Amino acid sequence: MTAAVLLLVLLGGWEAYTRLSGIDEFVLPAPTAIATALYEDRSLLWSNFMVTAGEIGLGMLVAIVLGLACAGAIHFSTLLRRAIYPLMVGSQTIPIVLIAPLLVAWWGFGLAPKLAIVALVCFFPIVVPTLDALDRVDADLRKLMRTFGASRWQTFRMVEAPAALPGVLTGAKLSVAIAAIAATLAELAGSDAGLGNLMLKAIPQFETARAFAAVLILSAFSVALFGLLALAERRLIPWAHQPRGTAP
Amino acid sequence: MLTRTRAPEEAPAEVETRLGSVVLRDVAKTFAAPRRGVAPVTAVRDLSLTARPGEIVAVVGPSGCGKTTLLELVCGLTAPDTGTVEAAPAALMAQRDLLLPWRSAVDNAALALRVAGVERGAAREQAAALLRDFGLGGFERARPAELSGGMRQRVAFARTLLSGRTILCLDEPFAALDALTRQEMQEWLASALLAQPRTVVLVTHDVEEAIVLADRVFVMSPRPGRVVAALDVDVARPRRRTDRALVALRERALQELRA
Repeated sequence: MTAAVLLLVLLGGWEAYTRLSGIDEFVLPAPTAIATALYEDRSLLWSNFMVTAGEIGLGMLVAIVLGLACAGAIHFSTLLRRAIYPLMVGSQTIPIVLIAPLLVAWWGFGLAPKLAIVALVCFFPIVVPTLDALDRVDADLRKLMRTFGASRWQTFRMVEAPAALPGVLTGAKLSVAIAAIAATLAELAGSDAGLGNLMLKAIPQFETARAFAAVLILSAFSVALFGLLALAERRLIPWAHQPRGTAP
Repeated sequence: MLTRTRAPEEAPAEVETRLGSVVLRDVAKTFAAPRRGVAPVTAVRDLSLTARPGEIVAVVGPSGCGKTTLLELVCGLTAPDTGTVEAAPAALMAQRDLLLPWRSAVDNAALALRVAGVERGAAREQAAALLRDFGLGGFERARPAELSGGMRQRVAFARTLLSGRTILCLDEPFAALDALTRQEMQEWLASALLAQPRTVVLVTHDVEEAIVLADRVFVMSPRPGRVVAALDVDVARPRRRTDRALVALRERALQELRA
């Protein structure tokens, strides 16, 4: 509620400034101009949004699958932990801005380079909290499972994997926040469609309001995805949200 | 040298009627230093102890005297450096209930059955029946967070019993509970073990708990731990903690501890 009030005040100030200062619309469009662009260009925005949403969704999926596979491999093998972990950290220092055009040169304007970039950016924030959650599993629980004669796999399935689920979801939430930036960056490096592509074309055409509308859609999409994951968290791990000691 | 005789592998769901015994002979166990500048810790030395089939033995001692190491040796979680440990597979119940927060009470109690490969429905049925016996009827679907401390320990004990192991290792099972609940749980455990006899090794720092529950009480020395006294508790059950024989035994055990 307070956030909504603050937002209204900020928007009002922005609108007043653009009207009173006489600033050019292609330098800073007024909120009403952005709203107009949002409405008038809706079919253009929608078709490009579908492209970018696909890149983000599929890229996240690739990141989650790869991230969980990596976390599992590192968890089960000390050798792999020593081998993969440093490489993984190293992979995060690759300057995306530099390799994005290279990937486009190798794989063309299609989906492949976008998926690679979104996955590369999103994968690390999934692996780290997942691994941390796996490492934090109570050593006494593992002992308990051993006295029951449980195999390594049974302990993983019944104890470690459910215990790691909150970590996986935390990682996914972190990833969602940066996936949109990664997709936009990938599109800027070379694409023929998508909201990033649209922004890139809108600025030289003096359609700044359209570029702002594209940004607005992208951030609304990220917020929605984040909300969806928070909802999934409540459904999948209700035990983490329950008050303790409510029984007589 | 280690001789660990394991009972033939069979479905733990069927409780073996033949109860196992526990025999430790001249056991020593030293843990390597965790880092440089720290001396290695000899947890137990010259430790000998026997629990006959169906007997409840309690082990009392000052903190850090190797009581937990003793249980890990019995459960086969760690191997002795010297000496021998002979015990059928044992189930461990710890001070913390270690219930899985995402599983309901009945699914927590059925954990060992599920590990043994018992089908979900059958495992739940067995677990639910035992929970009802333990006064937890109606709480089968409750998550651990919705149960009180005493209830959680009862679920943990049901899980331990359903492992089908004939030897139970209880590591200060009620230490985390408040004094009143602890007394209730001690009486409850005594009656549960009367109904379903097991060979029990109970580790505790509560001398009264040891005397009230056990057939025999071993007093351990400070680290490196070994048995310095063994007291027989020949008092019929159900026992009253104010019974004069029990009070006298408690005094003796306390004297041995101070010695």
